[in-house]
Amino acid sequence: MLINTKFLGEVEINESEIISFNQGLPGFPEYRQFILLSLDADLPLALLQSTEEASIGFVVAFPFVFKQDYTFDLSEEDKEDLQIEKEEDVLTYSIVTLQETFEDSTMNLLAPVIININKKLGKQIVLQDSKAYPLRFPIKQAVGSAK
Amino acid sequence: MLVLSRKKTESIMIGDHVEVKILAIEGDQVKLGIVAPKSVKVHRSEVFEAIQQQNKEALNTSADFLKQLKK
Repeated sequence: MLINTKFLGEVEINESEIISFNQGLPGFPEYRQFILLSLDADLPLALLQSTEEASIGFVVAFPFVFKQDYTFDLSEEDKEDLQIEKEEDVLTYSIVTLQETFEDSTMNLLAPVIININKKLGKQIVLQDSKAYPLRFPIKQAVGSAK
Repeated sequence: MLVLSRKKTESIMIGDHVEVKILAIEGDQVKLGIVAPKSVKVHRSEVFEAIQQQNKEALNTSADFLKQLKK
């Protein structure tokens, strides 16, 4: 299946890799089908792309690369929604808000995107309010601390 | 909507496991104490609006951002 993407032009995708977000993403409830595409081998970023609408493409990152001590518990409700049975089912991404430079960009640690990679189900969950995991976590902070 | 009046230190139960207690009333602010199992998520409702807004902002990335990143 050929889809239009936000950054990569037309891309041939395998329909079996489509991830269903049954509630959409906050702010965009109408788009339910997404696919993960790699963006650049040099950067720890991927594109969470709607298969229905090219302009709906979120740059996402593995949060653990930028914040090694990032941990949270999934609620029973979220586990049920995503049919998660074991830890290995789970992939966690954070949506990145890119600015002029990568260092000025932020990532959303408050509301990670959780994907059950075996069942191909996804949901953007909301963690308990916490100063440690903000909506706009500066990537600069993480890049600096990783050195 | 169910409307209940409560005084300071009084509380309400939501289901068998969630208690919401009025801790203090100061002018136009009410301080609530919430006792709930860990599986129940409690948020200020502004949090959801903020996440929607952040998602919209995240989409405002220009198509040539990869070039910028490589600089």
